[in-house]
Amino acid sequence: MKKKAHTLAAAGLAALMLVTAGCSTSNEASGDGGGDGEKTIKFMHLWPSGSSKQHNMITEDIIEEFEKENPGVTIETEVLENEQYKNKIKVLSSSNDLPDVGVTWAAGYLEPFVEGELFAPLDDVLNDGLKDSFVAGTTEAYAINEETYGLPLELNIAPIYYNKAIFEEYGLEVPETYEEFQEIVKTLEENGVAPIALGNKDRWTGSLWYMYLADRIGGPEVLTQAINREGTFEDPALAQAAEEIQTLVDANAFNRGFNGLSNDEGKSEFMNGNAAMYMMGTWELPNYTTNEDVPQEFRDSIGFFKFPEVEGGKGDLNSWVGGPGVGLFVSENSEVKEEAKEFVKFFVESWGERAVTEAGVIPATKVDTESVELPELYIDVLDELANSSNLTLFADVQMNATVAETHLNLIQSLFGKEVTPEDFTKQHEEALSRE
Amino acid sequence: MDKAMSNPKVIMLYTLPALFLLLALIYVPIVQTGYYGLMKWNGMGSKEFIGLVNYSRLIEDPLFWSSAYHSFLLALFSTLSLVGYLLISVILAGKIKGANTLRKIYLIPMLLASVAIAQLWMKIYHPTNGILNNLLMSIGIEEPPMWLANPDLVLFAIFIPIIWQYAGFYILIYYAALKNIPESLVESARIDGATAWDIAWKIKIPLIMNVIKVTIVLAVVGSLKYFDLIYIMTNGGPNGASEVMASYMYGQAFRGFDFGYASAIGFFLLVICLVITWLIRKVTATKEEIQY
Repeated sequence: MKKKAHTLAAAGLAALMLVTAGCSTSNEASGDGGGDGEKTIKFMHLWPSGSSKQHNMITEDIIEEFEKENPGVTIETEVLENEQYKNKIKVLSSSNDLPDVGVTWAAGYLEPFVEGELFAPLDDVLNDGLKDSFVAGTTEAYAINEETYGLPLELNIAPIYYNKAIFEEYGLEVPETYEEFQEIVKTLEENGVAPIALGNKDRWTGSLWYMYLADRIGGPEVLTQAINREGTFEDPALAQAAEEIQTLVDANAFNRGFNGLSNDEGKSEFMNGNAAMYMMGTWELPNYTTNEDVPQEFRDSIGFFKFPEVEGGKGDLNSWVGGPGVGLFVSENSEVKEEAKEFVKFFVESWGERAVTEAGVIPATKVDTESVELPELYIDVLDELANSSNLTLFADVQMNATVAETHLNLIQSLFGKEVTPEDFTKQHEEALSRE
Repeated sequence: MDKAMSNPKVIMLYTLPALFLLLALIYVPIVQTGYYGLMKWNGMGSKEFIGLVNYSRLIEDPLFWSSAYHSFLLALFSTLSLVGYLLISVILAGKIKGANTLRKIYLIPMLLASVAIAQLWMKIYHPTNGILNNLLMSIGIEEPPMWLANPDLVLFAIFIPIIWQYAGFYILIYYAALKNIPESLVESARIDGATAWDIAWKIKIPLIMNVIKVTIVLAVVGSLKYFDLIYIMTNGGPNGASEVMASYMYGQAFRGFDFGYASAIGFFLLVICLVITWLIRKVTATKEEIQY
């Protein structure tokens, strides 16, 4: 019956989650509030000590400090890996059993939780002096109906990393215009080097490329407005961006079989020196600076450039795709809400001080580049951030979950040339107007 | 003791825990899933009763039907592969040299976790570094296929490891059934002048017909609700080209936040499995009981 057990475990897993979720309808909030001043805050995060060692260490330290400063309060942690974390949060929220403090994502992801009144507004914490320490535009991504439901911990932008050694070998220079960029692609392709590493099984990876083209062609507002329904997805700029993607695909700009490769597999093409360029969030920076597991020689040969301007386009060079990564929420039904808010505030503050130097995470709070010792690449990125003219939040984060699914699938088809640019925009428009 | 065991009340008492578990963990959730299918529900917050809207949406959803088609294709191929397994088992159960070792080799894939199998085959299928494409390139094919990225190929590329994964399981079942056939039957046939082919075809296979029927049901139902390798290797992609019913359900629930619709899919999947099982039993029904 092994087979039965197998398939049951698999298909049943999802089904079981659906149902166990519904089984318990208790309204008890977690946490052992009350009782002679002893309080426990349940905290769930996604940095296991194995795969996110640095994050985990900082988190542990912050918790320890907080407990020391607040006698009588204990923090109980539960740690899960990213995907499992997402699933568990969903299941817990359907049974109204969320931890007091947990990790969440911005905008579209946040929406159902806020609608279900599961997260507590954190504006009181923000207005308690914390607001000024955040980089502009980061907490806004966590605001719904003018209330903020999460405090961001990370801020990322997506530059194009490139391998200086490969560029040098073929006499290439950082492109100033999109045409130059296309020339680079052509030269590399002719010399048998994969120009761009891409793992598009994960789909949001391809979305980054599309977003930049949309931005450079149609300006920073066109995509955002199409999503928030102030505009339309059938804007000619969005169709043109889709067309450019297919032109890149036709020029063999991406490594072979990208639609079947995960981001990690795509990335390894870049890390092995098989591909010359790679567009990814700044969370990759440690791999090019401090990560000892990556050969020094490789780390030294990596630089980054901004997505070049498209001739005749409305976008400018300093507009970035990116946005806050994860943030912290406080459960609306928590019995230790006040303590939980204290903890979140404490966490965000301490995190901002340590994240960038110790874990290489660019925090959503401002970093004083003068006072910290950082690798060159970090300083450059932080400077770019300071000079940025616009920050467009990742499209799949801006959209609600259903539309995001459509968007991501269409991105994959667009790159796979299974959909024409016209249908691509049309189907987006349909999905968006349905909501 | 015997007396106690023949007391219906005692029997009841002993079966109650299992019955309770079965009810609580299987049947109640099934009913609940059907019920959630009637709701507009994002998995959290309040549910809104919308009647059969989810089910009618399901009937009109081309993505669901294409994933259902993929599931049925998988069921077809799994069933066809049974013929091969049967053949191998007949040979193994005959007295050939090394049968024992071969049997163990066939069993190994079954011992591997699905995740390990998926990782292994993803490496094999890798477009540039994979063994398969390296092999193809070494024999002069310049542009070997991109197995998991090509929407026309991906489904079949995944079927291979799925079918390979369960080879050991079915071979084991057939092998055990064949070994159960009394030696005397085979011997008397041989004395009557039957060839090896006759013995396999006219004696052994008819005798294990019941087992074969069970494996057909297992293969078909197992395929219809198949999930693991597809989830890991392609996540249903590119753009739904390898989506099956269970992965589509998962995607709707956990990526699309549409638990109401996902529940409807789950319930419908159960109904399909029940109907198909019933159909197979019906088609393969025979009156005579096999006795050795």
